[in-house]
Amino acid sequence: MKDWRYWLAEQRGTLLALGIFIVMFIIYTSNHPAGFTANVVQTAANKGVLLAFVAMAQTLVVITAGIDLSVGMIFLLTNCLASWLVVGTPMQTTLGVIAVLAVGLLCGAINGAIVIYGRLQPIVATIATGAVYYGIGLLLRPFPGGSVNEDLADAMTGRVFDVVPASLVVLFGIVLVIWVPFSRSVLGRAAYAAGSSETAAYMSGVPIRRGKFAAYTLAGLLAAIGGLFLTFFTYTGDAAYASGNAYTLFSIAAVVLGGVSLFGGKGSAIGAIFGALAFRTIGDLLFVFDFDPLWQPLFQGVILLIAVSLGAFALFRVRNRLEWFL
Amino acid sequence: MSETTLGGIAGRMPKFIRRADPAVLTAFACIVLLLFLGSLYSRSFLSPEYLLQQLKVASFLGVIATGMMLVILLGQIDLSVPWSVAAGAMMACAAAAYGPVGVVLAIPFGIFCGVLIGIVNGIGVAYLRIPSMIITLATNAVAQGLMVVYTGGFSPQDSATGAMRYLATGFAIPGVPNAVIIWALIGAAMVFVLTRAGFGRTVYGIGNRERAAYLSGVDTRRVVMIAFAVSGGLSAFGGVLLAGYASKAAQSMGDAYLLPSIAAVVLGGTSILGGRGSYLGTVAGVILITLLQSILSVMQMPEAGRQIIYGVVIVAMLLLYGRAPASR
Repeated sequence: MKDWRYWLAEQRGTLLALGIFIVMFIIYTSNHPAGFTANVVQTAANKGVLLAFVAMAQTLVVITAGIDLSVGMIFLLTNCLASWLVVGTPMQTTLGVIAVLAVGLLCGAINGAIVIYGRLQPIVATIATGAVYYGIGLLLRPFPGGSVNEDLADAMTGRVFDVVPASLVVLFGIVLVIWVPFSRSVLGRAAYAAGSSETAAYMSGVPIRRGKFAAYTLAGLLAAIGGLFLTFFTYTGDAAYASGNAYTLFSIAAVVLGGVSLFGGKGSAIGAIFGALAFRTIGDLLFVFDFDPLWQPLFQGVILLIAVSLGAFALFRVRNRLEWFL
Repeated sequence: MSETTLGGIAGRMPKFIRRADPAVLTAFACIVLLLFLGSLYSRSFLSPEYLLQQLKVASFLGVIATGMMLVILLGQIDLSVPWSVAAGAMMACAAAAYGPVGVVLAIPFGIFCGVLIGIVNGIGVAYLRIPSMIITLATNAVAQGLMVVYTGGFSPQDSATGAMRYLATGFAIPGVPNAVIIWALIGAAMVFVLTRAGFGRTVYGIGNRERAAYLSGVDTRRVVMIAFAVSGGLSAFGGVLLAGYASKAAQSMGDAYLLPSIAAVVLGGTSILGGRGSYLGTVAGVILITLLQSILSVMQMPEAGRQIIYGVVIVAMLLLYGRAPASR
């Protein structure tokens, strides 16, 4: 009985993010000069999907009560790498894609190894590894440039059956292939348990280390998929420090909007995807209302500030003042 | 190498050594090692002029790291450093455009803007209980947005005032750059606050366990807020000095100070979890980072290589002595 109520309670954050996204997207398209057409949706999807992948990556780590401040830099590094490798014949392109994804996995695994087996704080460790990844990206692409297999790029950023944006289809596929199996596996449960209460999980014999390691590694992979897509959209590799930082920052905003608890153990990557799409739509609202683009960084910053301040409402549920200090 | 160095110092100053943190000693040993390596590369590395120049460059990072240390001692972190630095510098330069009054108020106004950013951080962390890492990232984004709107997307044309240039590059005492004196004054004040004043003791207490500090009757939230305000103010002051050094403010001038300021504090043996650490360690960390940067630039290492070495060195040193206890 009442199974649906448990489901509703569990998915509240995700559904809220979906709601915000739908409302924002309706406001966006109804004020867009071109209206709700396949082209508008395609452009919006392509921009949103980039952030959605990075936000998924951030979600996996945040669920374990950690944080990955290097996702933006992995995203940049794989973008630079893809601009070298994802070219040539279909065979070469395939190998290139595999190599780029492998590098993403490796970056994530290094983060995981340092945080879990090296027992360093995720904040400092990932800021430092982020500097390394950025440095490697800059070595690969001191100046913006490079190229990509344009057939593949156009296929990935185009439309399926002339209606559905291909990037959304890929995003859906990635969710089915990576997120769904992970969140239902023992490792995924372990990642949630570690985020919820590491000591209790440890005492219960949950494989928390393996779970957390899997989360960090898959985060690297997802960031690399994001990096690949960035290359598909821009046709170039560019190690822009500000852009890497911005994606890290926006991924945290998307995760928060998507109902994932920053204290760990709660939320889902699907929520974060809607959070990412909603965040992008809100950011683009300025354009359809003809504001000066100069205001966009401030506007996005304010949205982020409001989004993170929403968490403060939990304070009203506190019964004992000692619960302030966890 | 470090063993023998430690032994030599220990022989002369046993009491000092017994009380010292192994992390601080490691940091100082690394400084000696870097100086040694540098002198192999170039003879002028050990000349007084060069070392004084390094100390002067280090003092900008030192001022910023002082604020960062205060926040890290609480077990929090301040990621709004980049745009606090930039906002301090840009606002000070901007104030100077408003006549003689503006010139006089330029430095206080720059610091005031940093304090404002810090107060927003402090309210978020202390009263709204938002994780510091998140709220400071958000205020950093807002500060960036404000600066972009203010400058219209370009670096401001206003240049630093004479007073700012004097503070950063002048010599009030012959032979000692003013920036170094300022760092020494701020450092001395910080040492006094941390070791002699009640505020400092509560900072350590909150860093260890905020609940316990609260139950002991400390208004922990006020202390946290003040600490963030001080951190913002010091970041902005660092920006003011940097603007004086470069004689103008630039938008991305703070980006290069986030990682170094955290690294300097953490490499100096301050626990990232809070409640443990000494200012001497931070001084060692700042000098260590500055020397590392200097050697890399003397070797004409490109930016990419510098970032990589930076990250690797920080992770390696943290793995040496910054590890959390194993869960059991």
